[in-house]
Amino acid sequence: MSTPFYMSPEQIMKDKSDYARKGIARGRSVLALQYADGILFVGENPSNALHKISEIYDRIAFAAVGKYNEFETLRLAGVRYADLRGYQYDRRDVTGRGLANAYAQSLGAIFTESSKPYEVELVVAEVGSTPADDQMYRLTYDGSVADEHGFVVMGGNSDPIASYVRERHDATAPLAQALQLAVAALVQPVADGTEARTIAGTDLEAAVLDRTRPRRAFKRLLDAPLEKLLEAKK
Amino acid sequence: MAENAGGHGRLPAHFSAPGSASFTDFLGVAAPDLLPSRRRDLPAGIVDAPHGTTIVAVTHADGVVMAGDRRATMGNVIAQRDIEKVFPADEYSCVGIAGTAGLAIEMVRLFQVELEHYEKLEGAVLSLEGKANRLSTMIRGNLGMAMQGLAVVPLFAGYDLDMGAGRIFSYDVTGGRYEEHSFHSVGSGSVFARSALKKQFRDDVDEAQAVRLAVDALYDAADDDSATGGPDLTRRIFPIVMTVTADGLRKLTDDEVGAVVDAVVAERMTNPGG
Repeated sequence: MSTPFYMSPEQIMKDKSDYARKGIARGRSVLALQYADGILFVGENPSNALHKISEIYDRIAFAAVGKYNEFETLRLAGVRYADLRGYQYDRRDVTGRGLANAYAQSLGAIFTESSKPYEVELVVAEVGSTPADDQMYRLTYDGSVADEHGFVVMGGNSDPIASYVRERHDATAPLAQALQLAVAALVQPVADGTEARTIAGTDLEAAVLDRTRPRRAFKRLLDAPLEKLLEAKK
Repeated sequence: MAENAGGHGRLPAHFSAPGSASFTDFLGVAAPDLLPSRRRDLPAGIVDAPHGTTIVAVTHADGVVMAGDRRATMGNVIAQRDIEKVFPADEYSCVGIAGTAGLAIEMVRLFQVELEHYEKLEGAVLSLEGKANRLSTMIRGNLGMAMQGLAVVPLFAGYDLDMGAGRIFSYDVTGGRYEEHSFHSVGSGSVFARSALKKQFRDDVDEAQAVRLAVDALYDAADDDSATGGPDLTRRIFPIVMTVTADGLRKLTDDEVGAVVDAVVAERMTNPGG
């Protein structure tokens, strides 16, 4: 039997992080940003059955990049967590913060305990009754949570997209303007200098958490309404 | 806390188990004490609890209307005069309850979560029959309580998007599910409400006429059944009326129902039998 060679904890964690980061960077980006009536999610996703953006609860949505089966498992757990809590207590007792904490604990445990970390990055967003009450949490593969304001970009090529949005984002813009900004940001040239691309409307996945909707704030933007918003004059 | 019972704060394994899209199934694993059907082995005896009474549903050209009176009784006492017994089940269906109010309201709450949970996990809405069958299972789970006199008998109605029509399902205490045509009523005043509907229902009623028929039928039920509440004109407490069409479910406002009630009452002033 060969002697197992020593690896420092730092090295193990670094290897896991590199592995997870590489996996996430391969995927197309997803963007979440505040607009006048709530929070908009936009991602590039040619499939209209396998979603990256989903409803979790009345005022809470979830967006993810990375490995589909892994974030789908987390989505499932999130819906169950939220529905259980809402049934146990009251619908108002389900909060984005609580869900973000549960995800952080789970991702952190998976990162340290299993040999393969989840290759995912998530946003948990909750729309409030006023823009000041909106909450966005970004969660990474190792369970770290960041409280974000204004917008979040995840996935491969996120830096150029983030800097593009940072310069132009206006949290009080109407939906059409926010959507057009998000789409323009998603086609930003990647760092290696490739030219800017265009994305067909059918390859976009978009949804909103609209604070003006009565109970379930989540709504997908599909087909005709989506095209109309994309073509709306600024 | 139950949901954080896993090691190192991680959500327990059943939160991420693939398979069932049923919230009830999940509840059975995650918090079985919250499942209504888990309550067994209660000592024999009579429990005095508020009972809800009459619910009516009427189909029309564009969908279906459901209405319920506002009275809950406990023996000869009016336990509550403004109880709500008609609830939205989801965007395209509603459920009205007769029987033990406490158990029925809990059942409706679980049913609502069940439908929404399925919709979120599967990304698709259950068929109307699928929803009706889920409710059937829940009623069957309450059979033990029903045998102690705490029966729950709901009425389920919704718009079938595939068929393009409003449909009504009734139940018995064992969970038997029966599709009803044109109209139906459950609860203590249902005999009178159904007779009223039988005389007045026509195949070509529109939504407004169906609302009128439902309110008329509740008036007749309240006329002859002491456990059914009539419209309370002094307090302006009116029946709860919901309508489900291809556009989804809508609860009529107090003003809308109030106008119909005023018309019904005005007519009864000259013709008390309707």
